[in-house]
Amino acid sequence: MAESHAHHAHEPQDAHGHGGDHGHGHPELPFWRKYIFSIDHKVIGVQYAVSALVFLFFGFCLMALMRYQLAYPSTPLNFLNGIFGERRWQSGFMTPDFYNELGAMHGTIMVFLAIVPVLVGGFGNFVLPLQIGAPDMAFPKLNMMSYWVYVPGGLIMLASFFTQQGAAASGWTAYAPLSVIAKNGETLWLLGMVFLITSSLLGSINFIVTVAHMRARGLSMFRLPFFVWAQLVTSFLLLLAFPPLEAAAVLQLMDRVAGTSFFLPSGLVVSGSALQVAGGGNPLLWQHLFWFLAHPEVYVLILPALGIVSEVIANNIRKPLWGYRTLVYSTIFLGFMSFVVWAHHMFMTGMGTTMSTFFQATTMIISIPSVIILTCLLLSLWGARIRYTVPMLFALAFLPMFGIGGLTGLPLGLTTSDIHLHDTYYVIGHFHYVVAPGTIFAVFAGIYYWFPKVTGRKLNDFLGKLHFWPSLIFINMVFMPMFFQGMAGVSRRLYDQTQYHSGSGVHTLTQISSWGAWLLGLAQLPFIYNFFASIFVGQKVSDNPWNATTLEWAAPSPPPHGNFAAEPVVHRGPYEYSVPGAAQDFSPQHIA
Amino acid sequence: MNDLRERVFIITPAAIWETEVDVHYGWWLPPNIGGDNAQGVDRLIYVVHFFMAVLFVGWGALFAYCLVRFRDRTGISAAYEEIKAKPSKYAEIGVIVFEVFLLVALSMPIWASVKTKIPTGSDVVTVRCVAEQFAWNFHYAGKDGEFGTTKATLVGTENPLGIDRSDPKAKDDIAVINTLHIPINKPVVIRGTSKDVIHSFFIPVLRAKSDLIPGMTVPIWFEAKKTGTFDIQCAQLCGNNHFKMKGQLFVDSSENFSKWLDEQAASAGGEEEEEE
Amino acid sequence: MTMGLPCEVKAHPITGIYNGKFAVWLFLASEVMLFGALFSALVLLRAGAASWPHGYTVLNVPIGTLNTFVLISSSVTMVMAWASLKVHDFAKGRQYLLWTFLLAALFLGLKLALEYYPKFQAGHTPGHDNFYGTYFVLTGLHGLHVVGGMIVIGYFLWPGAHLWHENPEHYTNRIECTGLYWHFVDLVWIFLFPTLYLL
Ligand code: HEM
Ligand SMILES: [Cu+2]
Ligand SMILES: [Cu+2]
Repeated sequence: MAESHAHHAHEPQDAHGHGGDHGHGHPELPFWRKYIFSIDHKVIGVQYAVSALVFLFFGFCLMALMRYQLAYPSTPLNFLNGIFGERRWQSGFMTPDFYNELGAMHGTIMVFLAIVPVLVGGFGNFVLPLQIGAPDMAFPKLNMMSYWVYVPGGLIMLASFFTQQGAAASGWTAYAPLSVIAKNGETLWLLGMVFLITSSLLGSINFIVTVAHMRARGLSMFRLPFFVWAQLVTSFLLLLAFPPLEAAAVLQLMDRVAGTSFFLPSGLVVSGSALQVAGGGNPLLWQHLFWFLAHPEVYVLILPALGIVSEVIANNIRKPLWGYRTLVYSTIFLGFMSFVVWAHHMFMTGMGTTMSTFFQATTMIISIPSVIILTCLLLSLWGARIRYTVPMLFALAFLPMFGIGGLTGLPLGLTTSDIHLHDTYYVIGHFHYVVAPGTIFAVFAGIYYWFPKVTGRKLNDFLGKLHFWPSLIFINMVFMPMFFQGMAGVSRRLYDQTQYHSGSGVHTLTQISSWGAWLLGLAQLPFIYNFFASIFVGQKVSDNPWNATTLEWAAPSPPPHGNFAAEPVVHRGPYEYSVPGAAQDFSPQHIA
Repeated sequence: MNDLRERVFIITPAAIWETEVDVHYGWWLPPNIGGDNAQGVDRLIYVVHFFMAVLFVGWGALFAYCLVRFRDRTGISAAYEEIKAKPSKYAEIGVIVFEVFLLVALSMPIWASVKTKIPTGSDVVTVRCVAEQFAWNFHYAGKDGEFGTTKATLVGTENPLGIDRSDPKAKDDIAVINTLHIPINKPVVIRGTSKDVIHSFFIPVLRAKSDLIPGMTVPIWFEAKKTGTFDIQCAQLCGNNHFKMKGQLFVDSSENFSKWLDEQAASAGGEEEEEE
Repeated sequence: MTMGLPCEVKAHPITGIYNGKFAVWLFLASEVMLFGALFSALVLLRAGAASWPHGYTVLNVPIGTLNTFVLISSSVTMVMAWASLKVHDFAKGRQYLLWTFLLAALFLGLKLALEYYPKFQAGHTPGHDNFYGTYFVLTGLHGLHVVGGMIVIGYFLWPGAHLWHENPEHYTNRIECTGLYWHFVDLVWIFLFPTLYLL
């Protein structure tokens, strides 16, 4: 066996991969094999990240448009009549139908096409194999497939905007019966979901096998960087939580196209006429199946972000993370618990006391590991020597923002306070603090941190700070007012809040929030410029510019096909910074 | 099924519903005119937010202190040894204890009262509420205190509830759209359901909310301690005009409430004669 | 033999299995969740239904029983195929694989011709009521799994068979993975049959 070529011969055996000499010369692959249908985890990671960032931008644009309707519900924008067409824009006003399309698609795109793909498909794919010292993922072709299943899923979702009746408009939660009797966009939405679910499933299997089987020599589970742990737990959540949603999507598709009534009770009267279906179904069945997925999904949106933040913080405090094992155990516990809290989204559905007690209690319990994780990261700062690099700024800002998101979950998890706050803007504020100033800031931290590994160049520091500070201010300007709107009782998903007195009472806040969103968009310009310019003219840096310890920095920047020049061997834990007696303030895992 | 996309346009939205409000809606919880349960909701909201503020400020202070004290400076080096953090353990235990307190002392009793202690008796006012896209239909039993039967087949624009007027119990039933009259200081039970999709019955000033789900009937009960006119909102996305699915709650003095009932009964009777 | 990725063919020292087998186990775990969700839906709908027929009064129990035997036999031939390959008897292994393929086809044929077709003829479509709805969704999804299995088996019978000559161990592993999946499909039916037909 060609042992010495181990790092090259990562081509899986396939139709033409079994020639004895294949590992040698490494003939140049044609462009489409190298950059489009690539099986290299790094290329796939970049493909995922770029597509997801495009979707993130698109999801943001949808929201920027909606924020105009919310802030100025009676000031027409006539120039948009022609652009969007009669169905969507009339006499200068967005139609309520279009508003609901934008809202539903904003949620769907952000969750399923932007955040999960960038965290798992992007960062997971690029960083994880490097961090465990592997030449690639365990199943490179499966990896490629999961990306190429994600793409059509995204395209179907986008295409639904251009169909005659427009996109899905029943919220990202697609509650039946509304979604069952809704227009055709909903069918495309379900179809798109089936693709996205399949893609995540393929990805999660790949990640788990990779972590279990492909770790470098000496890299025991408790020497894994926390990021890898976070990805591993995330993969289990995806693996086990997504299938029920797939089942639910199939059932809803049947309801929509085959005339079944899984989610339709008997005796429905829609717009004055009785619905011609057999009936006998249960609308809450959909909610149970949906939230059984969607609650673990929330942790899918946050765990990898915590992983990124932990890496960046560990590197920039120049000391070991406080309570590494505690972090790992808390994450695993969080993963388990996330399967038994789903019905806290359903407290208002006529739930009795037994079930609600159970779900309130589990919800309180799941808040504990989150508190512990935040505490570990906070205590890590004690005795540190904090380098305020750009990725560190984002990672540090993540902590209080995620803190606000987590804390505001408490009143929503207690049934009694949820009576007033459920389905109001308080909820919108709560989960956006987790996913926007939370996860998105972690994504930025990750981009600034690993950009040198991907390109061999650094992003500009000044532009980075110019990106960070305005973003921090404006993102709070967007979401902080929502808590007060929610307290005042403004329902979510309202095309025009001023219809209600609760909404007109806080209209100024609504306008502040809208301006915050638009300014937040502007604040991304330095980043966008920095990103593209640095690819070509950014400062060239060494393979390990941050003086980091984990294995991805042992590979060349950018890492070649096959990653490591020689298979790395691991000698110590992931965060050995400032070891007493060591020559430098960092002791890489792979150096004896 | 596509006629669902019935589109309605408002050029000046505020002009659609001109309601007199007797209370001020600001940037915080709206006034609370409810009974013990509603007060309990507010109590928990205040206590839990106080608790959150303590945690956030305590945690934030430590955070800020670390950011300044342990910034990168010449002459300092990072400490490799893990610090002992007893206080954080106590803080975590404190958090757990307080959460148990919130759950057991402040949340569960109120919830149990809201969900299981549905008042019964002669002074209880019971109203059926049937939500539809995009209106609230209220059904009062009338003088006899008994609801007439309703049938899905009878539903039409004239009879949105599908009340079967041939049923003797239905003779004096009252059906109104988008206006809910209730007497002050009396327990009111709403038996809510929906004809088509899921709606959510939400009265901010009473801290009352529950989804109305087709095929299910849920009780919602409250007491109002102040007369006036207030909003009923829909809290669950139910279609294009979700944003306009507004009802009005009239909390009347006992006399006004009886007067209103009488007026309605009279007009309901009149209608019936026309039919016969 | 070329170098593949670690554990592509050989078992990992700690987990004791190779990559493909691990992946199939994980995939089956997710399948358990998929069918588990559908079974739960069935239970919930049935519990809440005003009326729900007993399966044996409306479904074709003899055909269902026959099909149960057909599937179980196909599981047996699948094991035999793998066992033959293990002792390097490719011809016999392939023969058993072919039997598995044919039994799967027989299962589908019986299902479509003697169950689905008459039901549609009688107007018992999925939309008829939730009994037929769940019946068609569960058996239909199971049927798709059978089709999937046939595609994989067919691949290894014909276009993929050359792998045996290049790397018999790898080929045998793949048949083992296919077999795991096939037993799962069989197992699902063994749950489906009593729940739908007999209760
Ligand atoms: C950073 C810019 C963002 C802004 C300004 C923003 C704003 C909003 C607003 C105002 C709503 C409520 C719309 C309504 O109720 O009518 C909303 C809904 C939502 N957002 Fe965002 N959001 C942002 C980012 C994100 C991200 C990163 C996610 C990722 C998960 C996300 C997920 C959602 C979801 C799931 C909904 C609910 C949609 C529904 O009602 O069905 N948003 N967003
Ligand atoms: Cu509604
Ligand atoms: Cu609504």
